[in-house]
Amino acid sequence: MCLAIPVRIISVNGTSAEVDANGVKRAADVRFIDNPKAGDYVLLHAGFAIEKIDRDQAAETLALLKDIYYEE
Amino acid sequence: MRYIDEFRDRGLVKGLVRDIESASTRKTNLMEVCGTHTMAIFRSGIRRILPASVNLISGPGCPVCVTSQSDIDRMLYLAGRKDTIITTFGDMLKVPGTESSLEKKHASGADIRIVYSPLDALAIAEANPRKKIVFLAVGFETTAPIIASVISDAAEKKISNFFVYCCHKTIPAAMKALLETREIRIDGFLCPGHVSSIIGSRAYEFIARDFNVPCAISGFEPTDILETILMLIRQKKDGRACVEIQYKRAVQEQGNVKAKEMMDRVFEPSDGDWRGLGVIHDSGLKIRKAYRFFDATAEFRIPALQAKEPRGCACAEVLRGIKTPRQCGLFAKTCTPETPFGPCMVSTEGTCAAWFKYNRN
Repeated sequence: MCLAIPVRIISVNGTSAEVDANGVKRAADVRFIDNPKAGDYVLLHAGFAIEKIDRDQAAETLALLKDIYYEE
Repeated sequence: MRYIDEFRDRGLVKGLVRDIESASTRKTNLMEVCGTHTMAIFRSGIRRILPASVNLISGPGCPVCVTSQSDIDRMLYLAGRKDTIITTFGDMLKVPGTESSLEKKHASGADIRIVYSPLDALAIAEANPRKKIVFLAVGFETTAPIIASVISDAAEKKISNFFVYCCHKTIPAAMKALLETREIRIDGFLCPGHVSSIIGSRAYEFIARDFNVPCAISGFEPTDILETILMLIRQKKDGRACVEIQYKRAVQEQGNVKAKEMMDRVFEPSDGDWRGLGVIHDSGLKIRKAYRFFDATAEFRIPALQAKEPRGCACAEVLRGIKTPRQCGLFAKTCTPETPFGPCMVSTEGTCAAWFKYNRN
């Protein structure tokens, strides 16, 4: 029930946004998101964006993992 | 980056498991308190690649499952009224109450509609002015701010036929209650990622500080969960207990301030009634007086009902982590996803449903 999926914002109109959920266009309420912009990734849960996904943090997590743990 | 495939990388999984193997020198009980984690762990097969010393236990993380039998019965009463349309997330439909279920009520003519978002429930209210629309609000802090927003919207639009039956619960209170029962040794908590997107990591600090139990907030992909397990094992090994954030791309220390403000505006803490754990002080959310008009318990006079849990059902023990589904006499015999006795077999995030699908034999 706490499932939330990463979606990409296509356009924003006030507190509503159109998002791309893995190829499917959907509406999302973005009232909880600071300064939502086209191109931002957010987590979508029950029609609402609950948090912006931090691109730099994601890249850092992956880079660290690859550095330390990667095994062929 | 699409934030999914990158975190399923085989090479990373291998490396993480290797490090977990070398760090894990003694038996460690780690509990996840999020049904979405339970499903992610089973679906990805993580349990099978971990060393035997790491024991993953599912806790009270499925909102449908922890809803008390009395609340289910009161929802069924509301569904049985002629003047209502019930709106709900799909997982609630098959949950057996004392005498019926929403699915059975629907089959006998009750107007029950599955919605994807509570916004849809509000739209149904606007389209059906002669009916009273009740939304069954179950869920943790991920969902509560969304329901709060919709209640606030209903107030702004002056909608007079929309009501919420509110069973929202808060996760840190349940973690504390579990630790206080001392029924089970918990060496670390995998804290729920999306609940934490809202409440932030600070909400768990008292668990680490007062109970000396390591906490780490996890994402939902395989490398997220494995990295979190490694964080917890290392904390335990070093004799530390703090709150780490593994899911840094979506969780901040302070959480989502706007969402928390919305939740606080509409709801206030109240005693929550949990299946398996009983009534826990300040573990629930109720609708504040200012929004009382939208509270289904204020609108409808719900009679006193005698709730009984199904005989032989071990959901209560499964939710506390003291029994595995296989230790329940009904599991996979009379109780199956087709003919569920208790909610843990009904919900797609229930522990019994997960064991039935992925770990039956």
